[in-house]
Amino acid sequence: MSEKRFTKEHEWVELDGNTAVIGITDHAQEQLGDVVFVELPALSAVVEKDKQMAVVESVKAASEVYAPLSGTVIELNAALSASPELVNSAPEGEGWFVKITPSNPDEFASLMTKEEYDTFVKESH
Amino acid sequence: MRYLPLTDAEREEMLKDIGISSVLELFSDIPQVDSKPIELPVPKNEVEVERKLTALAGKNISAAKIPSFLGAGAYRHHIPALVDYMIERGEFLTSYTPYQPEVSQGTLQILFEFQTQVARLFGLDVANASLYDGASAAFEAAAMAERVTGRKKIIVSGGVHPQVADTVKSCLQFNGTDCVVLPPDAENTEAIEPVGDEACVIVQYPSFFGHVNDYSALAEACHAKGALLVVVVMEPLALGILKSPGDMGADIAVGEGMGLASHLNFGGPGLGLFATRKELVRNMPGRLVGETKDADGKRGFVLTMATREQHIRREKATSNICTNAGLMAVAFSMHLAMLGEKGFTKLAESNHARTSRLASEVAKIPGVTVLNKTFFNELTLKLDRSAAALVEKMAGHKMLGGVPVSRFYPDKEDLLLVARTETNNTEEALHLQEELKK
Amino acid sequence: MIAEEPLLFEIGSDDKTAVDFPPQPDAEECLGSCRRTKKIGLPGLSEPEAMRHYTRLSQMNISVDSAFYPLGSCTMKYNPRLNEKMAALSGFSEIHPFQPQNTVQGALEAIYILNELLAELTGMKAVAFSPAAGAHGELCGMMTIRAALTHRGDAREVVLVPESAHGTNPATAAMCGYRIETIPVNAEGLVDIAALQKRLVHGEKNVAAFMLTNPNTCGLFERDILKMADMVHEAGAFFYMDGANFNAIMGHVKPADLGVDAMHINVHKTFSTPHGGGGPGAGPVVFNAELAPFMPLPWVEKDGDTYRLIEANDGSVHSFGRMRAFNGQFAVLIRALAYILAMGLPGLRQAAEDAVLNANYVRVKLQDILHLPYPGTCMHEVLFDDSSLEGTGVTTLDIAKNLIDAGFHPMTIYFPLIVHGAMLIEPTETESKRTLDEFVAAVRSIVAKAKEGKAEELTAAPVNAFRRRLDETTAARNPVLVYKDETQ
Repeated sequence: MSEKRFTKEHEWVELDGNTAVIGITDHAQEQLGDVVFVELPALSAVVEKDKQMAVVESVKAASEVYAPLSGTVIELNAALSASPELVNSAPEGEGWFVKITPSNPDEFASLMTKEEYDTFVKESH
Repeated sequence: MRYLPLTDAEREEMLKDIGISSVLELFSDIPQVDSKPIELPVPKNEVEVERKLTALAGKNISAAKIPSFLGAGAYRHHIPALVDYMIERGEFLTSYTPYQPEVSQGTLQILFEFQTQVARLFGLDVANASLYDGASAAFEAAAMAERVTGRKKIIVSGGVHPQVADTVKSCLQFNGTDCVVLPPDAENTEAIEPVGDEACVIVQYPSFFGHVNDYSALAEACHAKGALLVVVVMEPLALGILKSPGDMGADIAVGEGMGLASHLNFGGPGLGLFATRKELVRNMPGRLVGETKDADGKRGFVLTMATREQHIRREKATSNICTNAGLMAVAFSMHLAMLGEKGFTKLAESNHARTSRLASEVAKIPGVTVLNKTFFNELTLKLDRSAAALVEKMAGHKMLGGVPVSRFYPDKEDLLLVARTETNNTEEALHLQEELKK
Repeated sequence: MIAEEPLLFEIGSDDKTAVDFPPQPDAEECLGSCRRTKKIGLPGLSEPEAMRHYTRLSQMNISVDSAFYPLGSCTMKYNPRLNEKMAALSGFSEIHPFQPQNTVQGALEAIYILNELLAELTGMKAVAFSPAAGAHGELCGMMTIRAALTHRGDAREVVLVPESAHGTNPATAAMCGYRIETIPVNAEGLVDIAALQKRLVHGEKNVAAFMLTNPNTCGLFERDILKMADMVHEAGAFFYMDGANFNAIMGHVKPADLGVDAMHINVHKTFSTPHGGGGPGAGPVVFNAELAPFMPLPWVEKDGDTYRLIEANDGSVHSFGRMRAFNGQFAVLIRALAYILAMGLPGLRQAAEDAVLNANYVRVKLQDILHLPYPGTCMHEVLFDDSSLEGTGVTTLDIAKNLIDAGFHPMTIYFPLIVHGAMLIEPTETESKRTLDEFVAAVRSIVAKAKEGKAEELTAAPVNAFRRRLDETTAARNPVLVYKDETQ
């Protein structure tokens, strides 16, 4: 049974057992516009919560993506290198960024639920 | 003032529209400070400026007037009249960085052609739209190698132009780089063995002393230790008859394109050439032009991958460069298009053949030893006397006979660099030989 | 009507050349194992074909010669042709960087004179003439400051940059190993002096330098500059001014009198040297007496009647080293010298005044229809945003593209980044009132159409240019950076 949480930096993370899938939210891709490139961390890289993990680029902007959880990268979304537009078309599906093994599962609880995130987006705009 | 179109009446009218009585009101935010008034020479009309600058120019000895065998990184070539004419056209001269592609397709298409020519010449996948000069391009290559490898050590061969080596070392000194510049390698005996902590090894091809070395084995050694090989080409014409840096396994090739783009202009503006493998393109400094289509589906060109650059990435940019050497790149591209494969190869062969004949002649002169077994269009001569003194003496005889190595390495008093290009005919070569005999 | 022009690679061929060669006697090849065996792939053209190819391509460009080019922050002023003629004199253009110094005394004297003029205009002590452009000049300034600090044993690691700064400022400081801290801009578009004070007075004492563009990128003069300079100096840091906008104040104030320790000058902006489709420019840096000993080689000294080029550090100077080979952007510097000699002080002062007058004229003629994020007078450039067009479906980008159809080069758009939908208009002093009136009329007509609901028409522009809007997204997603011959 998986569960999805969100960050104020507009990342989502879906935790399923010992694997967390990470991406950016629909709201984030809308703000960015057409995504042209995604720079992912290296496989087996150790990422730290709230530290830069990836960079997502549109034609005229580059935005940092922060790790919602600490952990070790176990899989990269290889499809993004040929088709970065997946981030626009399916940000919370095929446009996922990485899968990690969280090193501190307790961090998950501190993230926002879907309802909390939707309220956060509404209030900050 | 002839460059200012506003008349006094118009200025008055405009001030009235703005709602002020004096233009100085618009300068009122500038603090008033007690200071010595600025003193400049009085304004000059065209005649007067020409008189002043023509007099200054007249104090120099132009290589167009007397034979010149100077090289040391700056090689005098014949620039076709069409190139000189074309880069003075206002459309190229007085436009700027093509931020608005719909009205800049001329510059953009030529830069795309330039990138292709440079990539092919260097035997690499991609080239950028230019950097300032060969030396700053070498520094950028070293900085890029640090980004790619995550290492902070740079080895610079003793065959690299000393001012290029100085540039690399100077510009990296404050970012924690350990930059090792090897001693000058006039005799071509250097052997570099990377140990595994290097970001890159930088070599020059042909070397500062004119030697032509195959760096294929060094490239392999670098790659085996996770380092990049950077090849500096100060005379890109050599690549007309020499195999390319890419074919030897170079990861980055940089060069000085000035001599093929323009007159030497006392050494500037330069033209930094920069090419690399396509896997590394996102780490590349400088502007890039890419192909695309417009709203009607017609082919067009735009500046692309700008997210590497300072105006977007700020402190995380791959370089701080903004203005580059645009017009020089345009001139370089035009010259190469006029030469074509056939002309470029012939020009390279001609330079080499002339230098080869010069080498066999000067080798016969007592007191002169040619240090090169291999060369393109430049030789290092070992003399039985001071090269600097000889050069001074030759200048008195209307001959720019070479560059004394002591200008860069004061203890190398007896070495003279002599370059011969297509601009030096047989008569000039004989003149040089006579001077070396004196 | 502009003709289509294929790529060189589609019209040239391997066996064509526009250069003739005399017959060549044989000579021994001494290339070791490096003889080229593969073709390069350089198509050639005959001379008439080259002329047509490049003439046609030239016609696809808008330039200062052909149209008003109010590209904010870039100072696209007229480029006098006398400058070109002077730089082309054989005694300047055909000299080699390593000729014996007694054969290039005129060149060294020209550099020396230009340096004296720049020092006089800025009130500074010394000039590093070798930097190749503004950003290169910034790097020169930052490295010189770092060398001076290192010399006094002071390992400061932070450079302060206002959020309105050109991207080159933080990029430069980072290249020099500094950490960048951003100082916010206040509601007036000026540096938040309280924030600066807080950082310098109460923050960690590790600030090496404060980099300030003045007039700033919003076209405003930072009127608290003396206070800022005092704070910076009291904190033991250096005050670097980005001189990109020196054109607006030249002859009116010497930066040294404002407390500036070092500043680069973009001669391709301020002193009318051509922009060349992106360069080459030149970025000489002026330094005060404290920093001068640490500046990069080479420089020129006068010794009686003789000029000497100092190219190597013999240990008697503290120079941090070198930033490039040879002797700087010499041919560009000659153009700048010709310009300054032509203008003199009255000409330079008038140029600054006319540049500021022209910008303010455009401001008052457009401020009723376009929003000024920072109302009030401006210096040499005026900054608008597109908030007055909200709801029309028309944005800054559309205004720019419609200006193309009206025969103008657009202004700078979406810079500075601190203003959403920015339009930065810099007319320069070399534009006539008639041109400004035409431009104003064109902008007014575009805005009127936007407000009449003609978004569909406006977002289709340009339709009169050589190309319609280009697909930058595809260009960035699938970069095609070199020509690939499909037939191979």
